[in-house]
Amino acid sequence: MSVTRKFLTAACAVLLISGAACASKPKPNPTDGGTATGPGGASNGVDVTNMAPTPGSEQDFIVNVGDRVFFDYDQYDVRADARPILDAQARWLNQYRSVRVRIEGNADERGTREYNFALGGRRAESIRNYLVSRGIDPSRIETISYGKERPIDPGSNEEAWARNRNGHTAITAGAR
Amino acid sequence: MRLIAMTAAAAAVLLMSVAPTVAQQAQSPSTQPATAPAGQPDVIEGEVTEGVLRPYPIAIPAFSGPHGDDIARVVRADLERSGYFEPIDPNAFIQRDLDVAVAPRFDDWRRINAQALVIGADTGDADGRLRSNFRLWDVFGQQQLLGLQYTATPENWRRIAHKIADAIYQKLTGEPGYFDTRVVFVAESGPKTHRIKKLALMDQDGANPQYLTDGSCQVMTPRFSSNSSEVTYMCLGDNWARIYLLNIDTQRQESLGQFNGVVFAPRFSPDGTKVVFSVERGGNVDLMQMNLRTRQTTRLTSDPSIDTSGSYSPDGSRMVFNSDRGGSPQLYVMNADGSGVRRISQGGGRYHTPVWSPRGDWIAFTKSSGGRFSIGVMRPDGSGERLLTSSYFEEGPSWAPNGRYIIFHREAPGVNPRLWYVDLTGRVERQVPYSGSASDPAWSPLLN
Repeated sequence: MSVTRKFLTAACAVLLISGAACASKPKPNPTDGGTATGPGGASNGVDVTNMAPTPGSEQDFIVNVGDRVFFDYDQYDVRADARPILDAQARWLNQYRSVRVRIEGNADERGTREYNFALGGRRAESIRNYLVSRGIDPSRIETISYGKERPIDPGSNEEAWARNRNGHTAITAGAR
Repeated sequence: MRLIAMTAAAAAVLLMSVAPTVAQQAQSPSTQPATAPAGQPDVIEGEVTEGVLRPYPIAIPAFSGPHGDDIARVVRADLERSGYFEPIDPNAFIQRDLDVAVAPRFDDWRRINAQALVIGADTGDADGRLRSNFRLWDVFGQQQLLGLQYTATPENWRRIAHKIADAIYQKLTGEPGYFDTRVVFVAESGPKTHRIKKLALMDQDGANPQYLTDGSCQVMTPRFSSNSSEVTYMCLGDNWARIYLLNIDTQRQESLGQFNGVVFAPRFSPDGTKVVFSVERGGNVDLMQMNLRTRQTTRLTSDPSIDTSGSYSPDGSRMVFNSDRGGSPQLYVMNADGSGVRRISQGGGRYHTPVWSPRGDWIAFTKSSGGRFSIGVMRPDGSGERLLTSSYFEEGPSWAPNGRYIIFHREAPGVNPRLWYVDLTGRVERQVPYSGSASDPAWSPLLN
């Protein structure tokens, strides 16, 4: 299930930041910046291999680009702080031209279910339009609204609502 | 009453934990007048003292016969939950030698202040069917108000009880009953971030709950057709959203088809021949209507704003819907062909999910204002707005077939959603006796 996979990759990203090993990708590439002693190396302690994501992989996109941007309450225009992330997404997508994405629009729980499907659709479309304006072929981008049905934060407070008002760029095909 | 509600809830949990069962074809209990003549209607008005409703005291002793205790218990619970009746504790009863064919000793019932008395009996007939008859007595007027007999297969004893409660409710309030009905809803389980949402069905009193889908997609906003055996709902997958039609008697299910965009908010037309729904495409949401016979789809709105949550008037000639074409979500009414659009909501705040009453006299809606959500009603021309309830979050009103009660769901912060109902006066507001997490309830028409 893709949600579980996303969760694992996200957890992986956290582990990478904290310097621990991440084994969710089956084929580690030794040229990708392993820094510590590799397997079989002489060491008195625990061997740690820090594996950076494969360039062009879904993990690379999530960790080094950012797959999610956030929106203000009941708004769907791309925020100033979202532009650098979407610019980076566009650059990455221009670099890896076989990648196809699905923009998933999400809303927080402080709204009715049906209106939130509409709002999520507008958010996904805003991101799509932004990426297209940065040179991405529209045929590579599909959109869907999840309304308020796929929150990433289970909380019922301002911080959780802010996180749940987002647009998620999911890679559907073509990643390494 | 509390004990009864809790027992029903516990039974619901047990039943919901087993595998989905095939919907049982309900065999309709038949009705015929009993031999004694019925009296003149004696309509009660809910008595209101300083804003507090004083329910009508009614005595409902156990019926004689194999299901007599159960039937009386369900009738009592139905009438009590309406908020307009106060069943008297059977321990207080003086007369114990009751016979459905004999007039009661009225003095014995006056002394415990019973305004009305129900005496009933059920027997198995030669075909193995359950025959239940009852008489409703006006204790102070010393006359029979109603005498009816119902016949059904024994496993349908609950439906007999609901029909008896409906007959009593109608006789004493002057409004049609609503107890022999079902509720379709979404049963929710799992953590908020990975919520499983299955289509589910139960009797209006929480009995006989069963799942109708397996949870492989997230079910939302189910609605009954006017024949109460068809349901339409939306289901959301990872990369698709579809609208389904499901016959709950035959279990036959079909999709409305593939659309370019996210489809949601389906509702049947009153005659069951059409479904109105919303399509989100490129950030724009419009109302579409599908003719279920020809499968032809007609566009009803083309405004570049959000147009959603369409709901037909009971005669099918008009539609109320939600649109933000004026800057914020408000309620609009138009002709069923999409012409003659005009805004009806006038107050401050944001209006959502309008639902036209089956009687045509009110439109129920969800309103958000000042960080809170409310269920309210207004006339179809927008006048007479009244908020009936208010809480942290609640939405999704659906009318009982008599147009006097509204079921909806409510969520406290960090707590799973529950089903609630409120009456049109706003004085009766209670949780539905179903203990699980549930949302998006829709009330069926009266069963046949």
